Amino acid sequence: MTTAAFLCLFALAIIGYVWNRQAATAIRRDGARLHSLVGFHGAFSLLMVLVPVLVVILLWLVLQGHVIDSILKSGIAARLEGLGTGEVQLIIAEIKSIAGGTIFGTPEDWKLAAADRYLALNVRSGQLMLVVVTALALGLMLFSRRKVAADFRARHGVEHIISGLMIFCSVVAIFVTIGIVASLMFETGKFFAKVPVTEFLFGTNWEPQIPLREDQVAAEGAFGWLPVMLGTLVITVIALVVAVPVGLMSAIYLNEFAPRRFRAVAKPFLEILAGVPTVVYGFFAILVVAPAMRGFGQSIGLDVSPNIALAAGSVMGIMLIPFISSFADDALSAVPQSLRDGALGLGATRAEMMTSVLFPAAIPGIVGGILLAVSRAIGETMIVVMAAGLIAKMTINPLDSVTTVTVQIVTLLIGDTSFDNPKTLAAFALGMMLFLVTLIINVFALRIVRKYREAYD
Amino acid sequence: MYDAPKLERNVDDRTIKFSARNVHVFYGETEAIKGVDVDILDNTVTAFIGPSGCGKSTFLRCLNRMNDTIDICRVTGDIRLDGHDIYDRSVDPVQLRAKVGMVFQKPNPFPKSIYDNVAYGPRIHGLARTRADLDAIVEQSLRRAALWDEAKDRLDQPGTGLSGGQQQRLCIARAVATSPEVLLMDEPCSALDPIATAQVEELIDELRQDYSVVIVTHSMQQAARVSQKTAFFHLGHLVEFGDTGQIFTNPHDERTESYITGRIG
Repeated sequence: MTTAAFLCLFALAIIGYVWNRQAATAIRRDGARLHSLVGFHGAFSLLMVLVPVLVVILLWLVLQGHVIDSILKSGIAARLEGLGTGEVQLIIAEIKSIAGGTIFGTPEDWKLAAADRYLALNVRSGQLMLVVVTALALGLMLFSRRKVAADFRARHGVEHIISGLMIFCSVVAIFVTIGIVASLMFETGKFFAKVPVTEFLFGTNWEPQIPLREDQVAAEGAFGWLPVMLGTLVITVIALVVAVPVGLMSAIYLNEFAPRRFRAVAKPFLEILAGVPTVVYGFFAILVVAPAMRGFGQSIGLDVSPNIALAAGSVMGIMLIPFISSFADDALSAVPQSLRDGALGLGATRAEMMTSVLFPAAIPGIVGGILLAVSRAIGETMIVVMAAGLIAKMTINPLDSVTTVTVQIVTLLIGDTSFDNPKTLAAFALGMMLFLVTLIINVFALRIVRKYREAYD
Repeated sequence: MYDAPKLERNVDDRTIKFSARNVHVFYGETEAIKGVDVDILDNTVTAFIGPSGCGKSTFLRCLNRMNDTIDICRVTGDIRLDGHDIYDRSVDPVQLRAKVGMVFQKPNPFPKSIYDNVAYGPRIHGLARTRADLDAIVEQSLRRAALWDEAKDRLDQPGTGLSGGQQQRLCIARAVATSPEVLLMDEPCSALDPIATAQVEELIDELRQDYSVVIVTHSMQQAARVSQKTAFFHLGHLVEFGDTGQIFTNPHDERTESYITGRIG
């Protein structure tokens, strides 16, 4: 029925388009001057039919489940008397599975009857929707057709509808963000009801093991996020120490000094680097880089842990190279040729031109790129899940094993978890903090970019 | 309308600064300059005129080797500055450009303060030993570019905040600050309004006291107003070169005559 409703809608929309178009063409043939092109008259009908009816169908599909459920419940209200919500849900689910043909054991007669009723209600709803959709679409089509006239401003109508759609699309992003933040805050609030905020923010101990049963031998659970955040910072700093110089140097070389042929080869390679999935970087870190570093460290007498932070961080740095490089490249390319000529014409060497003219002019783009890379490094998950450690330590030793916020979120949510104990809820609190940190960095990045852009334009 | 200032027209006693012989320039396969011979005198304004695409800017850019920055560009022939081949292997283009300054078509101040713009050249060439030296150079250059009075109270403000004419004079000050021997100007007034143009033209005549000036221009009136020598380029050839007065009143070549009377171009 739903498919039929959609087909009916599209057919009517197309018919409306053709009909309006022909009507407009006829008016023009009679010698009148149309305000809008015939295509706009057609499109007006198409959009007038399509947009409202699609909204109706979607609302119908969203709401029909609730309506049918409540009708179903009111039909068997006597049977549900005195039961808890969990049991009611169980019975409704059973009725639905009976209606779907999956029958366990021999259900009572009233359940079978309810299942029949459920099926009938669904069919009725589908039929009703088809009728409503067809009637509405026809009505809108006729309405649009009656609008067609020489001086009807179909183009304005179409533009209004389209701009409304564009507003809707841009608002979607805002609402999704708000929704994500709200859900994070909700769960974080539940976490802080169980664990004090001060312990989370200032605690230096992270041991999120909570006994699941009363008699289980396990740690009490300690939720201080500082060691985890410190681990994230260590890895991020290592990544940036690798990525920023390499990325910037490569951008400068490719942009200004590289012969054309080298650029033609090196650029695609950088882009390939950007396309490598992070899981693959993870393999690379754990199978190649970490053992090599460990071997080298041991050969010169250093104490190196197997999950060495340096390996995860430097591989993450490699991942960020194309990011920084392409940002810097864009920023440098955007500096006008006239500034290069000006510097060279004064007898500057290429290096002097680069450091004293191009670089300052490109700095907003470069700094913006670096700060975005920082947010990426903080939020990066896969490489550190594979290559970094799990145990939270208050250390900034890059040769030690550290864990990161993202790794902890992943491990907290893996396995048998229930969403009412602090171990699981801690993941949301960590996520919230991660969100806040990256948000602050992004705001900061935009600030810097904007401030310098004003000064240089 | 063309009240040419009473310029000194007779400059033939000046020494030869640039001497170009049989210069060809290729952009890839295209020959942009087809065998140009010209002598540019010291303390003289030489104007290059000609229709668009005739190669006058290209030739100008050969004189300080700015064409080197274009990958596909190739220059052959002999260009000598004070008798030394500037395309010789031993010549560092960076040092050459310090001696042969350039002002571009569009004002291109760096995104720095007015002071730093002018001080740029002296700084990279180490011309000033102390801050006071540098201050002196900046002031002198800005005075020479007739910008000092307008700019002296705002030296720390960005050069990009000046008006178009002021920016172009700033660029001239910037070029002057490296104490070049020759000043190349590639249509320096084409982005300026008539008043700014008049100021820059006046400035060009003053600069002639100390430098050899070569100016590319689209405006024949401008060439007539500011120059003593004029070279007419057409389709990559140097058609005619001579005293400005002679070129504009009594051209020997009929292409020159067609151009200055507005029949081609």
